[in-house]
Order: sequence, then structure tokens, then C-alpha cells
Amino acid sequence: MSRAAYLRWSIAILLALGAALGIAGPAAAAEGWTIAQLMQALGKQSSGQATFVERKHLAVLDQPVESSGELRFQAPDRLEKITLKPRPESLVLEGDNLTVTRGKKQFSVRLSDYGAVAGFIDSIRATLAGDRATLERTYALHLAGSAERWTLTLLPRDQRMAEVIVRINIAGTRGQLREIEIIQADGDRSVMEIVATGPIR
Amino acid sequence: MTRRFVPALLLWLAFVGACIAVAAQTRFTTDLSAFLPEAPNEEQRVLVEQLRDGMVSRLLLVGIEGGDAGQRAQLSRGLAQRLRTDAAFGMVANGEPVHRERDQALLFTHRYLLSPATATERFTTAGLQQAIGESVDLLASPLGMLTKALLPRDPTGELMQLLERLDGGARPATREGVWASRDGRRALLLAQTRASGSDLDRQQAAISTLRSAFAAEAAKLPAGADLKLLISGAPAFAVDSRATIESEVTRLALVSTAIIVALLLFIYRSPTALVLGLLPVVSGALAGVAAVSLGFGMVHGVTLGFGTTLIGEAVDYAIYLFVQSGTRGGRDTFWPTIRLGVLTSICGFGALMFSGFPGLAQLGLYSIAGLVAAALTTRFILPQLLPAGFAIRDVTPLGVRLRGLAAAVRKLRWPLIALACAAGGVVYAQRDRLWNHELAALSPVPPAAQALDLALRTDVGAPDVRYMVVVRAADAEAALQAAEAASDRLQPLVESGAIGGFESPSLYLPSRARQLERKAALPDAAELRARLPEATHGLPLPATRLEPFVDDVAAARERAPLTRADLDGTSFAIAVDSLLMRQGERWTALLPLRAPTTGAHPSEIDTAAVRHALEGAPGSDALFIDMKGESDRLYAGYFREALQLSLAGVLGIVALLGATLRSARRVIRVLLPLAASVLVVVAGLLLAGVALTILHLVGLLLIVAVGSNYALFFDGKGDGDGPPPGTLASMLFANLTTVAGFGVLAFSSVPVLQAIGGTVGPGALLALLFAATLARPSCPAAGAPER
Repeated sequence: MSRAAYLRWSIAILLALGAALGIAGPAAAAEGWTIAQLMQALGKQSSGQATFVERKHLAVLDQPVESSGELRFQAPDRLEKITLKPRPESLVLEGDNLTVTRGKKQFSVRLSDYGAVAGFIDSIRATLAGDRATLERTYALHLAGSAERWTLTLLPRDQRMAEVIVRINIAGTRGQLREIEIIQADGDRSVMEIVATGPIR
Repeated sequence: MTRRFVPALLLWLAFVGACIAVAAQTRFTTDLSAFLPEAPNEEQRVLVEQLRDGMVSRLLLVGIEGGDAGQRAQLSRGLAQRLRTDAAFGMVANGEPVHRERDQALLFTHRYLLSPATATERFTTAGLQQAIGESVDLLASPLGMLTKALLPRDPTGELMQLLERLDGGARPATREGVWASRDGRRALLLAQTRASGSDLDRQQAAISTLRSAFAAEAAKLPAGADLKLLISGAPAFAVDSRATIESEVTRLALVSTAIIVALLLFIYRSPTALVLGLLPVVSGALAGVAAVSLGFGMVHGVTLGFGTTLIGEAVDYAIYLFVQSGTRGGRDTFWPTIRLGVLTSICGFGALMFSGFPGLAQLGLYSIAGLVAAALTTRFILPQLLPAGFAIRDVTPLGVRLRGLAAAVRKLRWPLIALACAAGGVVYAQRDRLWNHELAALSPVPPAAQALDLALRTDVGAPDVRYMVVVRAADAEAALQAAEAASDRLQPLVESGAIGGFESPSLYLPSRARQLERKAALPDAAELRARLPEATHGLPLPATRLEPFVDDVAAARERAPLTRADLDGTSFAIAVDSLLMRQGERWTALLPLRAPTTGAHPSEIDTAAVRHALEGAPGSDALFIDMKGESDRLYAGYFREALQLSLAGVLGIVALLGATLRSARRVIRVLLPLAASVLVVVAGLLLAGVALTILHLVGLLLIVAVGSNYALFFDGKGDGDGPPPGTLASMLFANLTTVAGFGVLAFSSVPVLQAIGGTVGPGALLALLFAATLARPSCPAAGAPER
């Protein structure tokens, strides 16, 4: 696994999270839940906070590994994933910089150094701004279900991205996000359950 | 032609012939490191070696500007590809992952021998349990993406251990897959020449190769793509400086010669006199080159450039001869004065010869040999060569007018004294910033080039090798062991944040002893297999899945230790070659330190902590070197020495004058104008914002040397109304040629030459003015009748 592939992966997760946290706004009209309405709800949100429990199902392990912690999003461009268990770790994406801190080790990378990946960042910002056109340049979007119980599927258009991640499923009820599932190309998958705890004060 | 003269002429011809023969054999150098002092201590020797041959001296920083990002990246790839196949370059890096696969394969294959974590405890049941537990936890992190595929073979996370150690330094940004500046407008490339920093011819060839490779690649781009190549780094500086010095020395010599020839023609109105007048100059210059060549084995270009200024002084002797021999008293009156002037100059420059700075010593020897030869030629050869009835035009009317002028100038006595006092005040007030103590002040690199270098260096994140630990040993293995001992001391400093990190050749190539130790720490297959079930108890990773791990450890136990040859084709080979080198009979390992980026003191290294940590390290000859501090200290040491030597020279001059003039008042009268000129020049430089370097000091010494002639003439036994008209005229001519010779230097772009020119040019003029003003307010005051 190259560093670039790893980055693509972690950024994709953050993007999905950002999308998820953005979806804490008031529910739109009950029927005819469309991507357009979803985008509109996303655009209204300026900040969010949630707890998460993530389970990774890996072929190499007998049981899934579990991690938990907090997620924070602040408009326009700051996303944090703070893992508390099993070991403290933080991923912070702000503007162009992704910073990973684990124990005493910290490293930062600039997204724009990774051309194709930078497209994803633009796409998430576009998502949060409700800019569907930009989002669709990076992912093929499929929305299924009703406003009460919907699933948004993101399929990477970029070939290199698709070599790592097959698809991302985001499930929610009205404005509440429940789960993000990431299916990897090697068959491993992770499921993150999310409980929103409200906007950031 | 007298009979006594024939042997003298033959002697002179033989001397000139010998000088030409020596000069023809002379090796001229413009390698600036030749101007570096001979290092007095171990730290400074390392510094000088690094400047001369170290990795920094071989690293070219290349920028590509213009066009669009895609074109720049294409050009960067093409250029790198060409350079990588060129024997002139050892390493070419532009952000392309050319070595990545081989690097990773090597790291993974040899991970147990390379990893600092390999120890007996790590392979006990408890050690394995902890290491495997950490690896499983890591899978929960996004970082687990990197490790999960390797888990069955590397459950203890040895590869991550290695990557963490190796992956510390700042990396350049990338655009379109190649390195770029932060703003993305410039593609970047690093190239290391194989030629050492002191091999300027091969460095120059490498740079030409780089340029033509760029041109060839740029030609592939569509027309209209206007891409520009920027080159910086020590080799580029050295090669450019050489070119600059060469062209400057030639140009300056031509210009000052032309000016002086024109001036002499104007004065003499006689081509014969001109040719004869240049004889002492040529003899002097040849004698200087020959003396330096014999004394030092080579002549530096800067010495030569400086030598052109000697034309300015040596030509004076002939002027004095021609002008004054025509007047009454002839050469009998002026020769003792000239002799004393030459002796004063010898005192001044003689002191420099004892400098440990080869450059200064060269200047001293050159001046002394040159002046002596010129004076002797003027005294013993030139008069005999003058054709019968030789005369230049009569300068008496000019002299008489000058006398009037001198009398008028004497009225300015008090304003000039006030000026000198004010200058003294300025110098005193600014005494703290009088001297420039940084070696960089002597750098011949123009500010624009320095700015470009800084910009490229910042973009690349090229190691600013300011601090390093150096260990030396009899062979490579011992040097690696010493590097490991030092690394063991440094590692805790990384954890505590006193330093950001460090490099060591032993990271890529551990000593054989260390590798064998690590190998011995690995359990055999049966034992390891027996420990795994308990080690994985309670983990979601069953021991049965770790059979590849058992196989890899067993293979590592069989594998021969890694050697330098195994690194070929990886980027580690370059790293080891830059950090571990043979110097003479000994091997040197370098451990450059990185400043921490965060913490209490970001971008600062806690030098006290490093020194403390290294104290008493086994084989404790590890040197901790602050390259910049050391170079400044080195320069400061030589500066102090030069200052002391100059003072000794001045004392010598005072003693000489005292012995000759036998009158304290006359000595003071001769010295006063010189002191006043020096003060005014120094004050002028200070007010212009220039802090004085060692070269300014040489310039000041020259003012004293040249000015002493004027002061002596004004002090000489005139007819009670100052020097006779002929002498006055000859002094003016002499002064004009001196000012012209040095004045030209002031416009040089080589700071070394510019410093001397800017000091001596105005100084010589002032010395004449002060000498005329402060001369004995002689008899007219007593009412002697005007003629």
C-alpha cells in the first residue's frame, strides 16, 4: 500500500464524514426526496458534532476491530476525526492540510500535492455548499429510499481511487445520519455508526 | 651606459626571465575554498572539508519556470531522465518515485537487520504479544491501510518502525507528480555531481551538461512554451565566481592599464617615457606572481586582481624619477624618500605574510615582492636606460600652480582637522558595528543569486546542514559503529524534542557488528512458532495465520549481513555515500541534525543538550559541529589575527620612521595625515552602511603604505615652502594613477576587490590632501618672501 493510496482512502473517509455531519439540518419535504433537496439541506449546515463507533471487517482478522471517538465539522473546511479508543489518534483536515497525530508522531501533507485526490476535497466542499455539479465530477451519486430512510451511494469516478474504494454508502433518516459504510476493493469493509450530538458551540 | 651598469642589467634581465619562467609554470586558481583558512582545529577541519568536498558542495538546485504546470513537469521528467543516465551526476531527484519499489523491497527484506527495535526482548512471548497487539490496534486507524496486507509477514510492525525513522525531513510539494515550489509556479529538481566541490572543471562540465539537457528537452515542447532554467547551489556559485573573477581580473587590468597609460601619455608626452615607466610595474607584477607561486604553489585569482592595483603604486616610482630627475637635486633628493616609502609598505604588508589566511598571506607576499622589484628596477635599471637628453615636458609651471594650491589648501587646515575629528567621533560612536564578523561577507555570490538560492532551498526543503555530529574511524565498519554509538545518544533527544531528528549512514547500513547482534536476537523457527499461540492469545489474529512471519524470521537468520553493494539501485546508496566517506586514511561518518518543527523551541536545536548527550559516548571523539557558528568563529579568529598583524605592521612603520627621521615630532607629522585619512575613510564606509571586512583592513593598510610617500615628501627638506614644484607635480600624477588603479576596483562585482578599491581609492586622495594640509606650516608664516 503506497502512501498516496492510503491518503486517498483516508481523505475519502473524511469526505464522507463531512457529508454526513453536514446532514443534520431540518428534514426536507417528506416525499420526492431528491439529491437536489439533500444538497440544499447540506448547504445550510455550518457545523456539526457527533460520536462514532467504527468496525472494520478485515480478512486478515477473525473479528472486526473496533474504534470509537468523536467527529467534528466546521464550515467551511475543517473536518476532524478524533479517535479515543483503542489508541488516541486524530485526523484533522483543514483547508489544504491533512494532519495525522498518533502518540508523539505527527505528520502533515498538503492535499494539493495529490492532484487527483484534491478533486475530492473540492467535491466535499462543493457538497457542503450544495454544489452538486462539482460533487458529481468526482462521484457518481445514487440516492435511494425516502426522506425517512435514505441511502446515498458514492461511486468514485477516478480510476486510482476506485482501485482502493469500491463505494461509500451513507445512510440516514431525514436530517439524521446513521451510518457510513466503506467497501474496499479487497473485500474489506468498515462500518461507522454515527450519533449526532449537535452543532459546535 | 656605464660599465657598472652592465652586470646590473644582466642581473635584471635574468631575474625577469626567471620570473617569467616561474609565472609560466604557475597554477592559477579561482576556487574560493583556496581562500579558506587552513583549519586550526578538528571541527574547523571538518567544516573546510565539507565546504570543499562535502555533499553540500556537490548539490545543484534546479528550478524550472514558465509554461504551465504540465509542461514544467514534462520538462522535469525529461531532464531528470537524461541526467540519471549521465555519469557526471550521482543522484538526481525530482519527486518521481524512481527508487520507491526497490527501496521498499530492500527495507522489507532486510527489516530485521535494519530495525533498531530488533532485540531479544522483542521476540520473547511478552515482547511479541505487545508488538502484535500494537499492530492490531493500528488496523483500527486509517494507518492500518498501510499495514494490513503485510500483517501475516510482519505482525510486529518492523517496517513501520523503519519508515518512521527514515521519514522525517521536510518534503517539497508536488505538482503533476514532480516536485514544485509552494506556490506551484516552479518545478524543482536536485542533482548531485559526482565531481567533488573543488574540481571546478568537472563541476562546470556538469552544469553545461545540465543546460544542454534542458535545452534539448525544452525543444520538445510546442513552440511558444517559454521555459526558463534556474540553477543554484554551491557548484553553480563556485563556477560562476570563477568565471566572474576571471573576467573581472582581465577587465580590471585592461581598464586600469588603459587609464594609467592615457594619464602617463598626457603627463609625459613621450612614448619612450611611457614604455620605460611601465618597466618597474611589469617587473614588480612578475616578481609578485613568481614569489607567490614559489611560496604557495599556486596563485589565487583574487591575488592577481589585487595585483593589478599594484600598477597604481609601482608606476609612482617611475613618475617620481622622471619628473624629479629633471629638476634640481635630481634623484638624490627623492630616492631616500622613496626608499623609506617602500620600507614602510614592506612593514605594512610584511605583517600580513604571517596571517593564517592563505589569501592574506598571498597578498602580503605579492605586494612585498612586487614593490621591492619595482623600486629596485626604478633605482638601478631605469636611470641607465634613459636615453641621452631624455626629458619629459616641463612640469614646473604646473608644480608652481600646485604650490599655490597647496598653500590655499593649508587654509582649509581647520575644517579638515574638524572633519577628521568628526570622522573619529563617527567611528567611536559606531565602534560596535565597525567590523563584519561573518564569513559570508566575503562571499563573491551576488545578492540576487543568494536570494534565488534561498528561495529554491526553502522550496526543496533541502537540509540546511547547520548542525552535524561527525565521527571518524580507521575503517568504514568502525565509523558505522561510532555513528551507531552517537545515534544511540541522539535518539532520546528526538523523543524529548531537543532535536527534530537526525540522519546517519547507520540507519541505511548498520555496522556489521550491529547486524550480527540483531540476527542473534532472532529466535529459530521452532521456538518462535512455540511462542506465538501465547503471544496472540486474546487477539483476533490466530497464530496459525502467522506462518509467513515464522518463515521470514527464519530467512533473516540465514541471510548474510547487508553490505554497501546491496544498496545499489536504491536511494539509500546515495544517502550512505553522502554520509559515510573516506578521507585520506580515515573514514568519516556525518550525522546531520534537524531542528524540531514543533515544541517549546521550534526550528531551534538545543545545542547544550546535544553536547551533553554526546559527552562520554563510547569512543567519545564524536564532534558536534555548528557549521555556521564554526565558520563565523573561524573567520573571527582570522579577523582578530589580521587586526593584530595590521597593528604590528603599523607599529613597525612607526619604529621605522622613528629610526629614520630621528624626531618624534616628524614621525607624528608623517603619521597624522595617514591616521586622518584612515579615519575619514572608515567613517565614510560606516555612514554608507558598510561594516568592515578583513579586505577593508587590507585596504586601510594600503592607504598607509601609499600615503606614507606623500607625507614623507611633504615632510622632506623642501626649501622651507613645502616640496619643490617638480615633486608636487609628481605627487599629483602619482596620486591620480593610484586613484585610477584602485578606483576601477571599486566598481568590481567581486566584493573582495570592491572592498579594497572602495577603501584605497578615496583613501589615497584623502592622504594627499591631508598630507598637504597638515604639513609643517613652514616658513611663510615666518615671513619668507614669495618668489
